[in-house]
Amino acid sequence: MTQIFAYIPHHGGIATDIALEYPAAAKKIDAAATLTAVVTGEGADLDKVADGLTATYKEVIKIGNQALAYPNGEVVRKALVNVLDPGSIVLAPNDTFGMDLSPGLAIKMDSAYVADAVDIEGMDGSLLKIVRQELGGAVSTHVTCDTSKGAVITLRPGAFAPIETGAAGGTVVDKSSEAGDLTSKRRFIEIVEAEVGDVDITKSDVLVSIGRGIEEEDNIEIAEELAKALKAVVSCSRPIVDAKWLEKSRQVGTSGQTVKPKVYMAMGISGSFQHMGGIKGNPFIVAVNKNPKAPIFQVADVGIVQDILEFMPELTEKVKSL
Amino acid sequence: MEILVCVKRVPDTAENEFELNSAGNDLDRDDLVFSVNEWDNYAVEEAIQIVDNVGGSVTVVTVGDEESEEVLRREMAMGANNGVLLSDDAFEGSDGRGIAAILKSEIEKGSYDLILTGAQADEGAGQIGGMVAAMLDLPYASLVNKIEVGDGKTIKVGREIEGGNQEMNEIELPCVLSIQTGINEPRYVGIRGIRKVASVEIPVRGAAALGVDPGVIGKDKAKVKRVDYFVPDLGEGAEMLEGSTEEIIDTLIEKLKSKGGL
Repeated sequence: MTQIFAYIPHHGGIATDIALEYPAAAKKIDAAATLTAVVTGEGADLDKVADGLTATYKEVIKIGNQALAYPNGEVVRKALVNVLDPGSIVLAPNDTFGMDLSPGLAIKMDSAYVADAVDIEGMDGSLLKIVRQELGGAVSTHVTCDTSKGAVITLRPGAFAPIETGAAGGTVVDKSSEAGDLTSKRRFIEIVEAEVGDVDITKSDVLVSIGRGIEEEDNIEIAEELAKALKAVVSCSRPIVDAKWLEKSRQVGTSGQTVKPKVYMAMGISGSFQHMGGIKGNPFIVAVNKNPKAPIFQVADVGIVQDILEFMPELTEKVKSL
Repeated sequence: MEILVCVKRVPDTAENEFELNSAGNDLDRDDLVFSVNEWDNYAVEEAIQIVDNVGGSVTVVTVGDEESEEVLRREMAMGANNGVLLSDDAFEGSDGRGIAAILKSEIEKGSYDLILTGAQADEGAGQIGGMVAAMLDLPYASLVNKIEVGDGKTIKVGREIEGGNQEMNEIELPCVLSIQTGINEPRYVGIRGIRKVASVEIPVRGAAALGVDPGVIGKDKAKVKRVDYFVPDLGEGAEMLEGSTEEIIDTLIEKLKSKGGL
């Protein structure tokens, strides 16, 4: 029978949302599989998250150690290799922690590795068929993963339907004593909080958000004009911040700000999942992009295939004339 | 500091509209434009800046066919001192673990203080750096957006984590880091720069020369195999507005009014 372990990150004793998404993924891997939650950490926070997870999981393994107080991927990996059964399937989130932990975990467990699964189509013998995306979401692929010696699979957060927190009545198993040597050549120092910018994009009902399609720094003024006419503010996707054209505080996405506007105007943004992950509250999304195949058109409410550098000034003029 | 940067030749997402072939199971590869993986340019730039400050050399390496030589030359035009092409028919179809094993063999032949990769490439897996580090038992940090070189035994690295925050770590050398975009501003490479390195010899090493474990390379040994490419049917998608720009704008404005945008 397939044994699946679900690694659950937590903050201050609260499990992250992925905890409710693992069960759907596990069911797609093998409906008869045993699904066990795994949490690492230290002290009261660890006890709290482990107890909370018994509502969703029949079995919850907790691994407590001072060295696990901050989730350093290098240290967590050592603990998991020592505690988890070889040959099992390990699930982790495809987020900044999971990306740190998982490739090396697969090597140390001598198992297959598939990153960023967006769907799972099921097991055929020992071959698991998984759906991923490549090229920034422009195309999808099916991959087969040989699970005969186990697998580590990271799931895209939000890709699997969350279950309701139930009354699983699970039990917590303390495996702290099996964690082994947790020394590491990488030591956590501190978190440097994001700088607060001049404009708070999280407070605006309407965002004019620009991406690569803006082409040049000087063209940002065109977006500012439209934003002014719409009483909106300008936000952006990652490449604009990488190019240092706007401050990091203007970036929408998992590595930037989470916004909840009423209307989101995606101007020249391709629509990577990291970008869309920063848009919450189901806003009305307008996408303008000259590439008709841009992934943003799959998630937007309204799409317009045009060059934003020509479209935005015309829209600005029209709005001003109202 | 001796630095190795692992780079990859990939289809350029900014220059291509990806279409499937007529069979509908692979990309239409006829007119694809290739370039260096975007993340790798940041890794090479970072390596060059470190060497400019503390001395040493930058070597760029890639696993690929003879066409991959062009990306090595491009990074050498940026300022990397050496290039190495790892190429062999036996490498074809390798999964991430296979590619990592090939790179590991090359890394073991040198004496590097720092091994850099891009945080991810065209396949979006972000797996090579972490795998190489685990194979070599070196410490690893992913998504690095800041490097402070210290006393030569350790460095400080910032990792980009959720919400725009940065996780600072101290890490012992030698180590493996995956580099996130935005860590620096990669320098421009002009035609003159490319010409300068056009005739520099780039050594090519195959499986035998590297002594790669044959048990993990090639399509037969890959645990993870791509079956096909497809474009998913995600329901209706956006309502596409068509017609003259004027008509589109009139429709859009009505919609914005009803949704609270105006």
